[in-house]
Amino acid sequence: MDKNIKNLNINPCKMCMPMGAALAMKGIENSIMFLHGSQGCSTYIRRHMATHFNEPVDIASSSLTETGTVYGGKDNLYKGLENTINLYQPEIIATATTCLAETIGEDIDGLLREYKLNYNKSVNIIPVTTPGYGGSQYEGYYLTLRKVLETLSFKTVKEGHINIITAGMTPGDIRRLKEIVESFSLDYIIFPDISETLDGTIVKDYKKIPKGGTSISDIKRMSGAIATIEFAKLVKADISPGKYLEEEYAVPLYNIAVPIGLENTDVLVNLLSEISGKEIPEKLRKAKGRMLDGMIDAHKYNAEGKAAVFGEPELVYSVSTLCLENGIKPTIIATGSEAKQLRKLLNNDLLSLNQDGLILDDIDFEEIRKLAVEGGTNILIGNSDGHFITERDGIPLVRIGFPIHDHIGAQRKVFIGYEGSIRFLEDITNTLLDRKHDSYRERMYQQYYK
Amino acid sequence: MEIKKFKTLEERKKSISLKVENKQADIDCHKESLAGAVSQRACVYSGARVVLNPITDAYHLVHGPIGCASYTWDIRGSLSSGEETYRNSFSTDLREKDIIFGGEEKLDAAISELVEKYQAKFIFVYATCVVGVIGDDIEAICRKAEEEYNITVIPVQAAGFAGNKMSGYKAAGQALLELMNKKEHESISEEIKENNNIKISRATPKINLLGDFNLAGEMWIIKDYLSKIGLEVNAGLTGDSNCQQIMKVPEADLNIVQCAGSMVFLAKRLKKKYGIPFMKISFVGIEDTVSSLYKIAEFFSDYKMQYDIARLVEEKYRGISQELDRCCKNLAGKKAAIYVGGGFKAISLIKQFKSLGMQTALVGTQTGNAEDYQTINELVDEGTVILDDANPNELEYFMREKEVDILAGGVKERPLAYKLGVAFCDHNHERKHPLLAFEGALNFAREVDQTINSPVWKYVRRELL
Repeated sequence: MDKNIKNLNINPCKMCMPMGAALAMKGIENSIMFLHGSQGCSTYIRRHMATHFNEPVDIASSSLTETGTVYGGKDNLYKGLENTINLYQPEIIATATTCLAETIGEDIDGLLREYKLNYNKSVNIIPVTTPGYGGSQYEGYYLTLRKVLETLSFKTVKEGHINIITAGMTPGDIRRLKEIVESFSLDYIIFPDISETLDGTIVKDYKKIPKGGTSISDIKRMSGAIATIEFAKLVKADISPGKYLEEEYAVPLYNIAVPIGLENTDVLVNLLSEISGKEIPEKLRKAKGRMLDGMIDAHKYNAEGKAAVFGEPELVYSVSTLCLENGIKPTIIATGSEAKQLRKLLNNDLLSLNQDGLILDDIDFEEIRKLAVEGGTNILIGNSDGHFITERDGIPLVRIGFPIHDHIGAQRKVFIGYEGSIRFLEDITNTLLDRKHDSYRERMYQQYYK
Repeated sequence: MEIKKFKTLEERKKSISLKVENKQADIDCHKESLAGAVSQRACVYSGARVVLNPITDAYHLVHGPIGCASYTWDIRGSLSSGEETYRNSFSTDLREKDIIFGGEEKLDAAISELVEKYQAKFIFVYATCVVGVIGDDIEAICRKAEEEYNITVIPVQAAGFAGNKMSGYKAAGQALLELMNKKEHESISEEIKENNNIKISRATPKINLLGDFNLAGEMWIIKDYLSKIGLEVNAGLTGDSNCQQIMKVPEADLNIVQCAGSMVFLAKRLKKKYGIPFMKISFVGIEDTVSSLYKIAEFFSDYKMQYDIARLVEEKYRGISQELDRCCKNLAGKKAAIYVGGGFKAISLIKQFKSLGMQTALVGTQTGNAEDYQTINELVDEGTVILDDANPNELEYFMREKEVDILAGGVKERPLAYKLGVAFCDHNHERKHPLLAFEGALNFAREVDQTINSPVWKYVRRELL
């Protein structure tokens, strides 16, 4: 094993499990996130989410101090929950642990059971075990969703709807996703649904808990769906919410890639057609035709692309396949999370296109930067932490993923579906074109003028 | 006068005060944050990290799971005239097995990598929450590494739960003192140490500027002012400083302390240990900038310096007065809310808003002390709400009730202000333009004018009314 990865992480390409939990909970109606640990964790996560989404993000904390750390955090936890309920009147609270709570050995399940018995009975409280050292935001996200299902779902009669479990998508993406699903006249539950909660409007009556999100009654109905579509190509079965619904309630599960790129969108569209028994609507056919048309327009420029793709595993997978189907060489495909499956899946894609590229997981930006420079990468595709490389080595960055804290509008961008994908691809192509054109005269002069 | 029917948590009520003429502020502060209240504060680690981070040639090694390093990577807009090592975030990225078996070995190995691969000379090792609990002996590891590699490795005890941000400032101060200890300071006379009497024999007195982090070049602006009035900045803490400069801190004649919250602890220790007197100053706003410069001149009892200040002030003021007047005209009568980290900054901001013809109707801080709140109380008008360790619920309520036009605060508060249709001034450490001294005062006035008088509010208010 590379010594560098083992002992020293330089410029992290990942965040912690509670961050994933917070992202997941923002898509659940009338909910609030409660972090059991010291005050800083909730503040840092709030800050990160506020700069990306430009929305207020309230996360409560049990604000553990020395006393709680030594004698157990029960008092703080209970008092904190009471205060949070008092202030926010939520219907549901996810209580996630932090490094600190886990390390002092807090039995969050037991503590919350006792709390429910003696205190507030009307609020749904979901315990989630998310130590910062137990994984990254990626695992925290799916695990939280699964815990919500485990706590809330129960056997319901079969209804005609489908479940869609979203991941790494923007609020704009989710609004587009709804349009696509609706075009098949399918009844659906989106879980979690951040389309309104993290991309709010200006309204007269500002709400501390923003409107929107998957409702509890919908979550309870998920076990009665005819199918679950989960955007989680790489997720481990034991934290997959879709897998839980399949195993517990026999809801057929389709684990597919986030629909960025032609093929990934095809997979979703065909699946929706198959499940609904309906033809693919004209509107989507046309959108696909336009995407293909656009891909042709761009293909020669894309052929000059050598990309470093990085970020959260699901997005890295979809963005890499978008690159591959457009002749952009993904020289580096990297995620800071642990995702061995990424290598397995993408290796086949790379081989089939007779391309090579480094597929890396559990990696930091120091290594990505080194490899990008060595590999002659001319474009970076990922979250805005990659800008550190742009600043130092001049490789331009096309932003996708989380966090994007140095640009605005991240919450409204659409990357999915045929239309989102071609717009995103054109961002990439135009970035390559700008790079080529901006240096054209000087380059030619240097190269050929004798 | 009483605060109108306002639903807040019972225990928070003592942290909210209302300015009443001829009455002292009655406000609880310096308490632990209330669980579940959604405080805007961070933790001990964050306090330590933000203070130490600007040291340009230091390796900041965060010993703990990844989150703490991830969320603080390159967190400040601090600029460097030299090395840029500080802009990286190093972490031991502890995993489950490290928590079970202890992380000492990993820390040891991480330090040796920093030395071998990057020739690190100065390393700060931060203990985070988890390390505080599992009890890794970072002091011992740091000592061992220092001996083994003949470099400087300084432990920073920053377990997140062990207090609040203020405790982090103290931990940073202790780390800085330890760094200074690495050098023999022969130039300090015994007389100064004993009597605490200052005799400045140097032609150019040397001063340290504590509590400036060189955000957007602010330290450079202040240094230029000081050199124009015949002073040399011996070391800046910690903006655009390197470890060698910090080790020379004890050789100065005076410490001026800008960010009081983070640096008063250190200033007091420097006075005790090295006999260096200190004074609190502020370069936030023209009024404070000018009075701070004269305060320094007064300390040195130097008439020439006073003359130089007058000239500098006149020149600087001439450069911005026209534009400043234009902003003032646009801002007269507007109402401001302030929610910032430290009390000293809040005080300066109240004065600055006043100088723009504005009134402050709501003032809060994360870490202000009783003295700060008294000063705030004296400065503001009747009916102003004063808050300690406020939360979004309280900020929302009072911003609405007071019908403020602008909030000056940090990143987390920005979206809330916008949702309420209130303009916003980013007075935080991520900003990319200076807000200090004359240059900053103009930037501030412009920013406030640009946000309050943006056409966007015309459309927003149509929806909100």
